[in-house]
Amino acid sequence: MQAVKTSSDVLFDGPEWTFELLEKARDVIEDIALQDLGLDVYPNQIEIISSEQMLDAYSCAGLPLMYQHWSFGKHFVRDETLYRTGRQGLAYEIVINSNPCISYNMEENTMAMQTLVMAHAAFGHNHFFKNNYLFLQWTDAAGIHDYLAFAKNYIAACEERYGLEAVEEILDAAHALQAQAVFRYGRPPQPTVAEKKAMQRVRDGYESSQSLLDLWTDATMRRETSDDGDEDPAISARQRELNLPQENVLYFLEKNSPILKPWQREMLRIVRSLAQYLYPQKQTKVMNEGCATFVHYYIINQLYQHGRLTQGAFMEMMHSHTNVVLQPDYDDGRFGGINPYALGFAMMTDIRRICEAPTDEDREWFPDIAGDPNWRGVLKDAWANYRDESFIQQFLSPHLIRKFKLFTLSNDADRPNLEVSHIHNRAGYRDIRRELARSYDLAYLEPDIQVTDVDLRGDRELKLTHFARNGIQLEPGNRDEVLKHARRLWGYNVVISVKTES
Amino acid sequence: MHHFIDRRRNPKGKSLGNRQRFLRRARDNIKERVDQSVRGKALHPAGGDPQDGEKVTIPARGLKEPRLAHSATGGLRHHVLPGNKDYVVGDTIARPQGGTGQGGRKASEGGEGEDEFSFTLSQDEYLEILFDGLELPDLVEKNTFETITVGTRRAGLTTAGSPNNLNLVRTMRNSLGRRIALQRPSLAALREVEEQIAMLAAKEPLTAVQMQLLGDLQARLEILKRKRRVVGYIDPLDLRYDTFVPEKIRNSKAVVFCLMDVSGSMQEREKDLAKRFFLLLHLFLSRGYEQTEIVFIRHTHHAQEVDEETFFYARETGGTIVSTALEQMKEIIADRYPTEEWNIYGAQASDGENFGNDSLRCKALLLEDLLPLCQFYAYVEIVDEDADMLLSNADAGEDLWQAYRQVKDKVQHFEMQRVSLPSHIYPIFREFFLPKIKGAQNAGG
Repeated sequence: MQAVKTSSDVLFDGPEWTFELLEKARDVIEDIALQDLGLDVYPNQIEIISSEQMLDAYSCAGLPLMYQHWSFGKHFVRDETLYRTGRQGLAYEIVINSNPCISYNMEENTMAMQTLVMAHAAFGHNHFFKNNYLFLQWTDAAGIHDYLAFAKNYIAACEERYGLEAVEEILDAAHALQAQAVFRYGRPPQPTVAEKKAMQRVRDGYESSQSLLDLWTDATMRRETSDDGDEDPAISARQRELNLPQENVLYFLEKNSPILKPWQREMLRIVRSLAQYLYPQKQTKVMNEGCATFVHYYIINQLYQHGRLTQGAFMEMMHSHTNVVLQPDYDDGRFGGINPYALGFAMMTDIRRICEAPTDEDREWFPDIAGDPNWRGVLKDAWANYRDESFIQQFLSPHLIRKFKLFTLSNDADRPNLEVSHIHNRAGYRDIRRELARSYDLAYLEPDIQVTDVDLRGDRELKLTHFARNGIQLEPGNRDEVLKHARRLWGYNVVISVKTES
Repeated sequence: MHHFIDRRRNPKGKSLGNRQRFLRRARDNIKERVDQSVRGKALHPAGGDPQDGEKVTIPARGLKEPRLAHSATGGLRHHVLPGNKDYVVGDTIARPQGGTGQGGRKASEGGEGEDEFSFTLSQDEYLEILFDGLELPDLVEKNTFETITVGTRRAGLTTAGSPNNLNLVRTMRNSLGRRIALQRPSLAALREVEEQIAMLAAKEPLTAVQMQLLGDLQARLEILKRKRRVVGYIDPLDLRYDTFVPEKIRNSKAVVFCLMDVSGSMQEREKDLAKRFFLLLHLFLSRGYEQTEIVFIRHTHHAQEVDEETFFYARETGGTIVSTALEQMKEIIADRYPTEEWNIYGAQASDGENFGNDSLRCKALLLEDLLPLCQFYAYVEIVDEDADMLLSNADAGEDLWQAYRQVKDKVQHFEMQRVSLPSHIYPIFREFFLPKIKGAQNAGG
């Protein structure tokens, strides 16, 4: 690529940034992002913050407003120490899935980095948030700020009213179950007909007219008939009544715990809502970072080709870019798993290649997109309609598998050694692709735990079941601690049993 | 459509609340570490306060955030890894120790921060934890606070005052209330009547009814005007003035007298131990008092007030007469530290050897002259590292120790302990300053 530039075309020269330069750069970036790439973004609100403020933002899951809790303080002191001692850099940017889309740029960045970061966050991430189906279905970008403000104030009010310790107890317990506080497959269950009737009865004052004694006789009689085992119709009836099994443990506790007070239920709802809000981000790390990285890479190359960047600025950006997409080999000391930036960027670049210059292999593997003249459309479609797991399953090409030299290791506890089960050859492509896709499927990564049964009229013991796959158990220390927290929320015993996949 | 916001002016430290909650939570852990760090700590070269707070390392135990996570071992797993060099299908690899080959990543996903982590406490946080639960030994009840005037403070409202102190808001509020209560006609009401009169007057020939009406209106106008005159817009009754009173701030000061024997028997080790004790005392007092001073007095057979450098590092030889130091302290107090202004603390370190029957003189000086003036007086005897017998048996000891034991029996705000290792300093310091029953008998009164 030949840079044709005259000094008047260059956006900036030198490392210092000013708000005028930022405006100018942003306008040019926006032009490429919207006109050339055809991105569709929320309005941008770009905020310049200091490194201390970045650390603040870091410790609160990157959210601009957060309720107070000691664990955020813990993360803060750890990040701060790592940063001060130079063992960890700070992200150049944080971007929030909201409308308007807020991104934080650090004041320490050079002008070149600010330009890169704007292309990356304010357009790449922003487009992804606005268009990906998971975010559209599960998050309310316009409402999140209000909700965060509500949550912060509500919890502060609870602290004032009920004391720090009482609030901390509930939050600790709720945080312990945060990963079990999302609906993975559907919206929360609607009240059943029976429940609606029950609510109606309460309203009509029906229950107050019943004597306590009647309730007891009912319960005792039911208890006696339910001793036969799992097949008992009474058990399945009560499971139906409680919408069991239920994967969202926190939701179940919020709705059904016999001991929680209304303010405590509200706190569980807050923790659960935020977990749900962040859940799509957990499922789209590769795609989200890949999208942002692809977008910034495309934009800075366009800028350079149009002579809007000095060679120095372009080199600085490229240096940063290559650092971000570095993928060390498995036997490299720096290896820490597969880098989502590297994989996502490589896959998106590869999709463009498959559209523009397909090989026979590509035509065989990707008949729908190979040679498609509109690579922008293919990418936008991918960004909108997939999550990491399905994206990899759909788009990881043999070309990339070879490029990354991917291989799978089987680790079977029953065997003395690890075994190489597939390598990057014709026989291995599909299996490697499937295994890699699966390793991004949270349903596989996170333990599958469900509330399976509870006898509200009997001993009230809450029964959780861990559906173990491939014989992988829960880490026992953590499990016991979490169960203690669960008991605190439930008020009665909570047990967890393992069901192994046949 | 878009905008930039400069947030750098916003307050940082948004996570201060979180940090406080974290410290509260980790308090026991941190306390343990702070205690340890004080015990083993090297002194700051200048002998002053630790400037940048203190680094503490706390174990993540008890600060764990448990999550339901897969165990790192067992079962069947498949890992996809990049960078295959020469493996072919079916190759076997020995299982890496303690992990799955993805050890780093798994550890951070599952049991976040299992290892210890360290961070820096600010100086305030450090001192607060260090001296948590201890209190200033204000055993002697007397007015030791100097009062100085530093300005004025609002002191409510009065009905009289100078115009520049007029409180307009209160005045107008009173005025409005009075006008409403007394039904003072508004200007608008007045204008309305005047307009009606003007309209009627404009019609040239007036009927009898209109004449009547005009008369009524004029009478009404008169009443309104009179009432507006009688009920003033602002009445002297409404006036309120701000008042200010001179503010007296209790400005507390403390002086610490560090008395040390520097005769030949006090070697570097002994001085270092003494210094640790003096340092703690000074740190502790500076938290309680706005201003603390230190007076260093060293003695051999004669006493001398010196600067810190000389106090700790100069070498001296000669006999030992402890009472000279006490005399010197007495003189300096009389000279520079009037007891109605200063809280006086004494700290004495010695190896316990004294000349002849000077110990009795020390006892007399303490009981009669010094202890009545002091808030607290501590004596630390520095004994040999192998003097286990002395440490465990308070009855045994040289003349000075015995004499001081008699002082201790008589006076509550006098404490004495023996130390032989740096690690002894902090515990005995804590013991000195644990809250005790206040207002107990004291020699001076």
